[in-house]
Amino acid sequence: MLHFELVTPEKLIRSEEVYMVVVPGTEGDFGVLEGHAPVMSTIRDGAIEVYATQGAVPEHIIVSGGFAEVNASGLTVLAEQAG
Amino acid sequence: MASLKALKIRINSVKSTQKITKAMKMVAAAKLRRAQEAAIAARPYALRLERVMASLASKVTVSESSPKLLAGTGKDQVHLLIVATSERGLAGAFNSNIVRAARKKAESLEAAGKTVKIYIAGKKGRVIRRFYPSQIAHDHEMGHIKYVAFADAKAITDDIIARYEAGEFDVAHLFYARFQSALVQEPIGRQIIPVALPANDDAPVSDGGAAVEYEPDEESILADLLPRNIAIQIFGALLENAASEQGSRMTAMDNATRNAGDMIKRLSTQYNRARQAAITTELVEIISGAEALK
Repeated sequence: MLHFELVTPEKLIRSEEVYMVVVPGTEGDFGVLEGHAPVMSTIRDGAIEVYATQGAVPEHIIVSGGFAEVNASGLTVLAEQAG
Repeated sequence: MASLKALKIRINSVKSTQKITKAMKMVAAAKLRRAQEAAIAARPYALRLERVMASLASKVTVSESSPKLLAGTGKDQVHLLIVATSERGLAGAFNSNIVRAARKKAESLEAAGKTVKIYIAGKKGRVIRRFYPSQIAHDHEMGHIKYVAFADAKAITDDIIARYEAGEFDVAHLFYARFQSALVQEPIGRQIIPVALPANDDAPVSDGGAAVEYEPDEESILADLLPRNIAIQIFGALLENAASEQGSRMTAMDNATRNAGDMIKRLSTQYNRARQAAITTELVEIISGAEALK
């Protein structure tokens, strides 16, 4: 499973294990699964899709002013606004 | 000696003041908890952003072509002091400590031949107008804010960055009170523009040695994150200020309540003495009257 964190300046909104997250990067959407190569990317305003399990119906979280970091410990999305 | 009635009135007045200070202390204690929770909730974002900035710092070299927020304007002449205070008084020395720290900095900068401008954020910082009436860059209205939200910090940041881009100043310092405990709040000032990149010690190692891919590229990401980094610093300062303000008020009101208690005790003693003196005089009068009749 992929460790996914969504953080805004006001609080930590999500910190959970999920199957996949699709991030709307500035240069195009990219999906993050477990073991993804390290990436840092800015995010355009839009919806993050969170797949809790494989084949599950994705949950959409609208974020703006965002930034995503993928490293060995998982995916962290920093957003100015989310939800 | 004051009359019995005057003493009674005075005691009652001190008593009602004590009721008010006691209530204010309890309100401040409740608000302090809330403010502390908000400050703690804001920590994860600040931590992560700092980590990202640190790992970017190792990839980017500061040069002439770097974003102005990082490289500076190339000058060190005009300094902007952002003075963040509270909207309400009766919080002990909280506001005056911040203003004093800012004034000290302003004095030392002016002694070094620099130009100082002041940016007021918070109504109680307005006293600084008296010392630098012609150097107020802006007085940011914060009276409508009940609980500080990121949007409030963002509004200040956008305004300050716009002024920076317009060349109004070269260096910005932020003054606020760091919250240590309900008893101790330390006024501090620190430079926020140009941004000082955090020292980078272990960030690349924690990535397991794998090369990090940057989208779009390091410079663009950095340019995108710099204003955000300033906003988060200002946000953090506002949150710390909110907690410090309540802590300081709590302590101040606790002292005031205790002082009022002492005062009531003293006045009551005085009142009782006066009452007994009056009774004694009356008795003496009655007794000597009765003796005279014998």
